[in-house]
Amino acid sequence: MNRLMLRGWQVGLLVAILLAWHLAANGSDTVAFFFGKPVEVAQRLWRWFVTDADIYKHLWVTLLETLLAFVIGTLAGLGVGLWLALSPFASAVLDPYLKAANAMPRVILAPIFAMWFGLGIWSKVALAVTLVFFIVFFNVYQGVREVSPVVLANARMLGANARQLMRHVYVPSAMSWVFSSLHTSVGLAFVGAVVGEYLGSASGVGYLILQAEGSFDINTVFAGIVLLTVFALVLDGLVGLAERHLMKWQPSSGQTEKL
Amino acid sequence: MNASSAAALDLQDITCIFTSRDAPGQRYTAVQGASLAVAPGEFVSVVGPTGCGKSTLLNVGAGLLAPSSGQVRVFGQALAGLNRRAGYMFQTESLMPWKTALDNVIAGLVFRGTSAAEADRLGRAWLARVGLAGFEDRYPHQLSGGMRKRVAMAQTLILDPDIILMDEPFSALDVQTRQLMENELLDLWAAPSASGSAQGRAVLFITHDLDEAIALSDRVVVLSAGPATRPIGEFAIDLPRPRNVAEIRNEPRFVELHSRIWAVLRDEVLKGYDQQKRKAA
Repeated sequence: MNRLMLRGWQVGLLVAILLAWHLAANGSDTVAFFFGKPVEVAQRLWRWFVTDADIYKHLWVTLLETLLAFVIGTLAGLGVGLWLALSPFASAVLDPYLKAANAMPRVILAPIFAMWFGLGIWSKVALAVTLVFFIVFFNVYQGVREVSPVVLANARMLGANARQLMRHVYVPSAMSWVFSSLHTSVGLAFVGAVVGEYLGSASGVGYLILQAEGSFDINTVFAGIVLLTVFALVLDGLVGLAERHLMKWQPSSGQTEKL
Repeated sequence: MNASSAAALDLQDITCIFTSRDAPGQRYTAVQGASLAVAPGEFVSVVGPTGCGKSTLLNVGAGLLAPSSGQVRVFGQALAGLNRRAGYMFQTESLMPWKTALDNVIAGLVFRGTSAAEADRLGRAWLARVGLAGFEDRYPHQLSGGMRKRVAMAQTLILDPDIILMDEPFSALDVQTRQLMENELLDLWAAPSASGSAQGRAVLFITHDLDEAIALSDRVVVLSAGPATRPIGEFAIDLPRPRNVAEIRNEPRFVELHSRIWAVLRDEVLKGYDQQKRKAA
């Protein structure tokens, strides 16, 4: 089966689902009430982006929260991960606490963050940071622990001091693990931001969905879901681009190298 | 000045005892009472059966491993910490996979604070010297095993160490590549050092391949099978230099030396093999 045919089937499936949805929603008011109508969902999206053009503000808020959470969570995870991986004592002491903090369902912290940081973006950033932090932290920790002892001994024999070992060996090794978890951590930053908005906010895509739900505007809820899905796909694509650019020193398995 | 203080690297009565991490009561004596000296400019090979503690001895010489007892002297000075006058070529992959060939080669210069332009110039010259001009921007995974070894060789030799420690550096290579690399190594070893010291570089070369040891060295030291490895034989190799490792193997003197050393080594290899079998059983 060639690529074109595969794409054809994929698009065909989408059209079939939309058509079935459309017919079912027009045939029954109950279905329309619970599932909305695809045409109205599309109209809602059109109004958001073109006629009213009022979605950009909310998208920007959600994006900002996601990016802030991603950057802060990654930096914190990197710092703490390096520290604990290179300090066996601190890591032994903190181990049970980290396990507990990671095991805790962190969404439950949202109300606390709302109290601490208010209903603005920072309570959402805080929630998303708690999600991102642990992903990055565990990967950095692993990355530092798994530095090849031979590479390390070689760098030491070449005269690297502690700071140079950190910069030339530990951090690059840890970064390879961080990048391999980039898709997960960006995804979780996004989840944290949206869930935070959904639990209480004054702007953002999660807020729009919450508002629509309150007035049983199922079409807007679906439009919001579609928007978030597309947004997540775009973010994931950007991460893939960044990854390919930054990790070019890593072999892609089973592929010959283009010279 | 006595004889031992003149040696580039002098291992005196080295004993290394390891305790097993799982069972602290269990002890393993890898090396016992081993003494070995390498003079400046001398190429010494150490041969022994697999798993006999050759690498342990080398790590002690590098300062990567502190011996349980015994002393290491480097040009007469007692060694504390890493051996700063030594370069080390490892048996397994030792290049930083996130650095290009050039960046790997100049890593040691960067650590020393050499200026970027000077490091770059030297690095390119050394890559060309090991036959890798044009491969500066490749990452290790884009190079073949032999190329990676050559990068590692340039990385070690660019620092112009007085002592070169080599731990079976070519054991993973195919025979042809290996002989090319051995010849290159001899050329680089014989070339005058950048610092202009007349003494030349001392080499301590670990291998389990007797042919390689004889072809390269001034002296071959045979180690006993483990545990409690120690040198049990020493042979001066009086073959003329410069040598071509591929051709020298057919010379009568080479064959004669080989059979003499092999007579000593054979028993140890069989002993070592027996022990491995018992361990496996």
